[in-house]
Amino acid sequence: MSEIKKVAVIGSGVMGAGIAAQVANGGVPVLLLDIVPKDAQDSTDPVKRNAVAAGAVERLKKADPAAFMSERAAKLVSIGNIDDNLADIAGCDWIVEVVIERLDIKQALYHRIDAARKPGTPVSSNTSTIPLAHLVEGLPDGFKKDFLVTHFFNPPRYMRLLEIVEGAHTDPAQTAKVVRFCDYVLGKSIVDCKDSPGFIANRLGVYWMQTAVLEAIDGGLTVEEVDAIMGRPFGIPKTGVFGLIDLVGLDLMPHITASMSATLPKSDPFHATVREEALITKMIAEGYTGRKGKGGFYRLNRGAGGRKDKQAIDLATGEYRAVAKVDLPELADADKRPLKFLQSDTKAGRYAARVISRVLAYAANLVPEAADEITAIDDAMRLGYNWKLGPFQLIDKIGVEWLNAQLAAEGVPVPALVANAGTKTFYRIEDGKRQYLGRDGVYRDLVRPEGVIMLEDIKLVSKPVLKSSSASVWDIGDGVLCFEFTSKSNSLDQSIMNLLEKTIRTVKERYKALVIYNEGTNFSVGANIGVALFAANIAAWSEIETMISSGQAIYKQLKYAPFPVVSAPAGMALGGGCEILLHSDAIQAHAETYAGLVEVGVGLIPGWGGCKEMLNRWKTLGGLPNGPMPATVKVFEMISTAVVSKSAALAKEMLILRKDDGITMNRNRLLADAKAKALALVDGYQPPKPYEPINLPGAAGKAGLDSAVASFHKRKLATNYDVTVSGALAEILTGGAADPTDPVSEDDLLKLERRAFLRLIKTPETLARIEHILETGKPLRN
Amino acid sequence: MTNAVIAGYARSPFTLAKKGGLAKVRPDDLTADVVRALVARTGVKPEDIEDLLLGCAFPEGEQGLNLARLVALNADLPLSVSGATINRFCGSSMTAVHIAAGSILLGAGEAFIAAGVESMTRVPLGGFNPMPNPALNAKLPGAYLGMGDTAENVARRWDISRAAQEALAVRSHKLAKNAQERGHFNDEIVPIKTGNATIDQDGCIRGDTSLEGLAALKTAFDAEGSVTAGTSSPLTDGASAVLVTSESYAKEHGLVPLARIIAVAVAGCAPDVMGIGPVAATRKALKRAGLTIEQIDIVELNEAFAAQALACIADLGIREETLNIDGGAIALGHPLGATGARIVGKAASLLKREGARYALATQCIGGGQGIATILERI
Repeated sequence: MSEIKKVAVIGSGVMGAGIAAQVANGGVPVLLLDIVPKDAQDSTDPVKRNAVAAGAVERLKKADPAAFMSERAAKLVSIGNIDDNLADIAGCDWIVEVVIERLDIKQALYHRIDAARKPGTPVSSNTSTIPLAHLVEGLPDGFKKDFLVTHFFNPPRYMRLLEIVEGAHTDPAQTAKVVRFCDYVLGKSIVDCKDSPGFIANRLGVYWMQTAVLEAIDGGLTVEEVDAIMGRPFGIPKTGVFGLIDLVGLDLMPHITASMSATLPKSDPFHATVREEALITKMIAEGYTGRKGKGGFYRLNRGAGGRKDKQAIDLATGEYRAVAKVDLPELADADKRPLKFLQSDTKAGRYAARVISRVLAYAANLVPEAADEITAIDDAMRLGYNWKLGPFQLIDKIGVEWLNAQLAAEGVPVPALVANAGTKTFYRIEDGKRQYLGRDGVYRDLVRPEGVIMLEDIKLVSKPVLKSSSASVWDIGDGVLCFEFTSKSNSLDQSIMNLLEKTIRTVKERYKALVIYNEGTNFSVGANIGVALFAANIAAWSEIETMISSGQAIYKQLKYAPFPVVSAPAGMALGGGCEILLHSDAIQAHAETYAGLVEVGVGLIPGWGGCKEMLNRWKTLGGLPNGPMPATVKVFEMISTAVVSKSAALAKEMLILRKDDGITMNRNRLLADAKAKALALVDGYQPPKPYEPINLPGAAGKAGLDSAVASFHKRKLATNYDVTVSGALAEILTGGAADPTDPVSEDDLLKLERRAFLRLIKTPETLARIEHILETGKPLRN
Repeated sequence: MTNAVIAGYARSPFTLAKKGGLAKVRPDDLTADVVRALVARTGVKPEDIEDLLLGCAFPEGEQGLNLARLVALNADLPLSVSGATINRFCGSSMTAVHIAAGSILLGAGEAFIAAGVESMTRVPLGGFNPMPNPALNAKLPGAYLGMGDTAENVARRWDISRAAQEALAVRSHKLAKNAQERGHFNDEIVPIKTGNATIDQDGCIRGDTSLEGLAALKTAFDAEGSVTAGTSSPLTDGASAVLVTSESYAKEHGLVPLARIIAVAVAGCAPDVMGIGPVAATRKALKRAGLTIEQIDIVELNEAFAAQALACIADLGIREETLNIDGGAIALGHPLGATGARIVGKAASLLKREGARYALATQCIGGGQGIATILERI
């Protein structure tokens, strides 16, 4: 599909290596080159000469969060050095330069790349600070035509933003080729930027951080207060400002500000945010560079008995002290009513007003200098800094009147864009379409990249076909329905089950196929265990039994329904959320899918057919040795230790996904891919064949598994109650009392699941585990 | 009456399971290479070989069917050479030696290959389908107890400290490293080709093993126990073989016999302390040979675990200078089915090298047994 079949990445630092890993994650071979180390200049040993790139790959393999999605991906990276292997880039269809931010070095390299590449191969730089126009000065026209900036964010696997900058001479066809690859294969969301310093996200992001830090120092706010204010109230990740600088690296900030200061015009308000702070200079000098160093504005201090205490630095004294709980009552409902908060005459309110007004004004000034339209600015901040709302969405939420008044009060000029908007909002919904306000004051439709289908768009123009308190069903066209969970964390409850049953009837009557999909952070975190706990506390055992048996029955109906069912997970698909995948005809998963049967964490076992489906998958597809035990052992290992896949590729290795199930790299293309998969199954669709009864090892197998668990217990790797839960799981997976010669049916296994589930949920230990996880979010190891 | 003699010994390198150089080698191919080399090195006429007796502790998967016959065919031995696969867990290939010797004394053949193999990479410990009898398991849990647990039991009951275990492990690695450096394994090792590589060195020996390093390890089987990965023999891939002939056959055919087999024994013990098995077996064998432990100059005691080895050393009164002088299984590795033939072959060749008279090879066996062989230099 893609014209790019092999990629060269030159420069194996954090960003270069991370980009190479993501190319490999997309299934495309990548050549990673770096310099020959100084001490190997005279060596002829390739191991020594390739040591820099080799070291980078080793670091990638150990990165946390993981850079590679699978070991298979890691094997797609080949290494070399630019002195011996530059000629190999002739075999590559896209060359990405990610070397040190020095114009002379980059330009010298471009001349060498130009000589070595296949003519017409696109070349891009990951520069974050050097204008494209400077990069290509003195290079041949042919090179300029093929050159663009592709600015990734760290870590490239997880950050979805990709800023694209074209030069005056860039051939749009080359940009399109690279953009297509980065969209489909690397899963990136593309934001078009102008060739201006720092492009969009970092220019605005750094301005915001710098402003917030200086205002905090001047206003006498603490590190914790700033992060509480600059977080939740404005839909900004809870790392806030200081937490984020710790993550980025304190030492990096002066480099970024210096390079931006050097290229931005004197009139730019950015300059006012650059001021050397003695405390920060001292921190950097002493190695307090953030999380990668000894700590930063926060640190974990190993106290007495090896306990780790979180500390924060006092901005006035420079001393570390225990992190203090933020006591600012004005923050209470600030996220719901940001305007009220900004207008509150409180320390936090005044601080927030000063910072936010300046940041929003600065954002408005970036149009058209850094971006043609406001959408690019909003996209960049949402995708690059994980803000829930972009600056212009934030203005709409707070109200432009406040912004005008605040800027006037501070003597900051109101940006033309804001003044021109008058009382118009920056976004609106008109005739079921999302529109944004153009620079000319005319609203235009927001256009998705070609082929993207988003449920949020469909929801604007239609009413659900079916709806309950926890789920909705949407018609996504071509005879396909989409089942969307809408409960908290997309947890599964009786209302979802009932609606699913109704949906199955509806599709049977009037539609062709069903897709199970939603646009939450997580596909589903599993069953609503709060409901189960409540029922158990009032000893409503028959209700619990109904919950289990009806769930089993409905999942089974889903599996054998006379139409194709495609589940399309992204994020977590745990417990019951994973079991629904296991009962679908096909899965189309986002690459970042974290799936697993994790019930043992709350003292339970998968009770909605998860055990029987995993057994069946490993029995029939596992390629395991013959005999009754191997599949049982494999599934037992997975469920008893609550393994969760760290990517869709790994979910495939766990056989949660099967060979023909698809993986979509771009989150925004997931629904379209799932729908296409469902439609492809419609013609001549046959429901799955009935479950072939399987031979399981019975009591002998259980004795074997029990003794394995006993040895884990002896090593203190399993708790007392783990032994009980594992025993219940072992009983299911070995077929209960079945003799190894008597095949066990689908319904037998479901019965075993029900029996074990009900036995466990009646124990105080299981209830304690459920209560604990509901209260703390962490598993109880009882 | 004739005697049975050890007339040759060869083995593959022993390498770590999964990570080692032999991980990708099928156990039947590995054994065939060793058998072929043994035949070539000793000069025994292939058509004179009566039987290939092959020990293997988990004879399934690639080690399944009648592995011995398949190895005979795979090694291009004449079709007249038979094959029997023998399982006494870790004592399998020593049992093969005993059957060969017994057959010779019975007049049931003149030349036998007693071999052993285990790919602990390719057939897992416990096999692919471990299915213990629930009733027996309830009645006598020791019957299925993990080997590490039995080592912990021995350590507790025989009061073997962790420090003592670690000292034995360091000794084992040091002696093995020393022997390796002096080329003492060169004449026994058969280089094995795998892919483009040739494996010709043992892979488990760590000459830099130190008391400090071992002391830092976590216990491997019991959080409150004393046995660690460092004081246990590693999971290993390897094959070994000895040529057993009648003394007269060896003489008549110009073979170079290393040692005479003068006594053998097996003995059962409590399964939950299987590591003490060598004590009873050795005592029986010594009695049958009319010898005392003081008369034994060379001891090859399999170090399944340092804890059980130390308990046996104490109970039998084995002198340190006689013990595993080229290192033991903690350093060399313990491919279950192959170890018996290795330590018999090793003991026989050490008799010759050291000019000593009597040697003992003995080992413990899962399920609660011991096995012993006493040799005399020719």
